[in-house]
Amino acid sequence: MTSSIMGYQRKDGRKGIRNTIVVAYLVECAHFVATEIAQEFRDQDVQVIGFPGCFPNEYAQVMMERLCTHPNVAGALLVSLGCESFNKPRLHNAVEASGRPVNTLVIQMNKGTAKSIAAGRAWVKDALDQVADVPRAPMAMSELVVGTICGGSDGTSGISGNPAAGKAFDLLVEQGAACIFEETGELIGCEEVMAARAETPELGDELRAAVAKAAHYYDTLGYGSFAAGNATGGLSTIEEKSLGAYVKSGASPISGLIKPGDVPPRGGLYLMDVVPDGEVRFGFPNISDNAEIVEMIASGAHLTLFVTGRGSVVGSAISPVIKICANPDTWNAMSDDMDVNAGAIIEGQATLDQVGREIYDTVVNVATGQPTKSEALGHREFILTYKSFDPIGPACLPAA
Amino acid sequence: MDAFLRLHPEDNVLVALKMVEAGTPISIDGRDVVLTDNIARAHKIAASPISAGDVIVKYGMPIGRATANIAVGRHVHVHNIRSDYTPTYSLRDTDGVERKAS
Repeated sequence: MTSSIMGYQRKDGRKGIRNTIVVAYLVECAHFVATEIAQEFRDQDVQVIGFPGCFPNEYAQVMMERLCTHPNVAGALLVSLGCESFNKPRLHNAVEASGRPVNTLVIQMNKGTAKSIAAGRAWVKDALDQVADVPRAPMAMSELVVGTICGGSDGTSGISGNPAAGKAFDLLVEQGAACIFEETGELIGCEEVMAARAETPELGDELRAAVAKAAHYYDTLGYGSFAAGNATGGLSTIEEKSLGAYVKSGASPISGLIKPGDVPPRGGLYLMDVVPDGEVRFGFPNISDNAEIVEMIASGAHLTLFVTGRGSVVGSAISPVIKICANPDTWNAMSDDMDVNAGAIIEGQATLDQVGREIYDTVVNVATGQPTKSEALGHREFILTYKSFDPIGPACLPAA
Repeated sequence: MDAFLRLHPEDNVLVALKMVEAGTPISIDGRDVVLTDNIARAHKIAASPISAGDVIVKYGMPIGRATANIAVGRHVHVHNIRSDYTPTYSLRDTDGVERKAS
C-alpha cells in the first residue's frame, strides 16, 4: 500500500499535514487580543490556542510547548499580558529551537489592545509569507500519528462506530502508524482484557494501574464519566459505556502507555492515561471532548478520529478531526458535520470491515489535504486546563 | 433486518437496531413474547429470565447487575440495572422512568 501524502518538512525532522500559524495566548487576559489578531486572517490557516490560567502549571507549560512545536504548526506568535506566571521565555525558546518562526508580544509593553493587535497582525502577515516556503516531502504512513476518542456516545457507538474505528486502527498500525486511544475513566471494567493485550507483562500492570487510578479519581469526585445523553441513548452503566468505547482500540497488541504530551517513540498502539497523578486536585480529568482532542494533538496526533452516536459538531485547532457517526438517525440529522456514516452498519448496508476501510481511506485523504467537515465549517475548538502528571516509567514504552 | 441483535453468544441481553413499539410480537431463542415496552434504538431487552442480583452480560462481558427480576423481552436499563463500579448518577431525569411530581 503506497500513500500519496506530501508532508510539510519541519527542521526538527518531523512532518506535518497542515501548515498552521498559531496565535497563543499565555493567560486569559491576553485571549481577546490573540483572537483579534487571528480574526484578520480568518480565511488563512491562523489559529488561536492558549492557556487561561495565571498560576504556573507544568502540565500546561509542557502542553503548550508540544502544541507550538507540533508538526502541523509552522510558526507561533505568543501573546502575553506581561504579568502572568506562564514561563514565556521557556516556551519561546522551545519554539525557536525547533526552527520555527516565533515572536513574543507583551501587551503591557505594546501600549495596550489596539497597538498590540496591530503589531501582532504585522508579525503574522510576515510569518505567513515565510512559512509558505516550507518544503514538502513524501510522508509514509509510518510517520503518521492518529488519535481516537468518542463523544456523545450512545448504544450504537459500541456496535458500529467504535468497532469500525478499531478496524481502521488495525489497518493503520499494520502500516506502521502510531495510534493512540484514551480516556482511562471509560475503560473501567475493561482493565483485564486490555492488560492481556500488552506487549509485556510489566506494561499490562501499568495499564491496570492507570484504570484503577481513574476509578479512584472518579470515586473521589463522586461522579463517573457518564452523561445524561448516554442513558437516553441506551447505555445503562459505566462498564457498558467502557466496553463500547474500548473496541475503538481495535485488536492490535498494545505497545505502550503515554501521558498527554508524550510522543509515541515508534509505530504501534498506545493508551493515553489522561487522569492526573497524585491527590485529586483538579476536578474532572477531561471536562469536554475537546480537552481530550487537545491532549492527543499534544502527543503528536496529525489527525483524530471522533466517534459519536448522539451527535457532535466539534473540530479542533491544529489537527483535523474526522467525525464518524455511529447512529443512522444522527447521520440523517447531522450529516453536514459528519465525515463517515458508520450507521450503515446498524442498517445492514455495510460491514464493519467496509466502514473500517472507509475510515482508513478518509485518514489518507485528509492527510493529503482534503478538509474534514469540521475544518470546512471553520471549527477550531481548543481547551487547556490545569493537571499534574508524574513522568511515565520505563515499563510504559516499547523497546526501540 | 432483525430488530434485535445479540452481540455475543453469552449475552443475556439483546440490543435494538431500531425503535420497536410495545405490542410487537418477537421470538427470542424460539420463545415467543410480546413486547410490553417501547424499546428505542440501542436500548436493551432481556434475552432470558434474569433474577435480581444476576450479572447482565453484553459483548460477552459483565456490564452490571440486575436490581429486580426481569422477564424475557422486558426493557433492561437504568431502572433495573446498576454498575458494579461507579454508580450512574446522571439518570434522574433521563432514565425513562416516570415519577410523580413531588
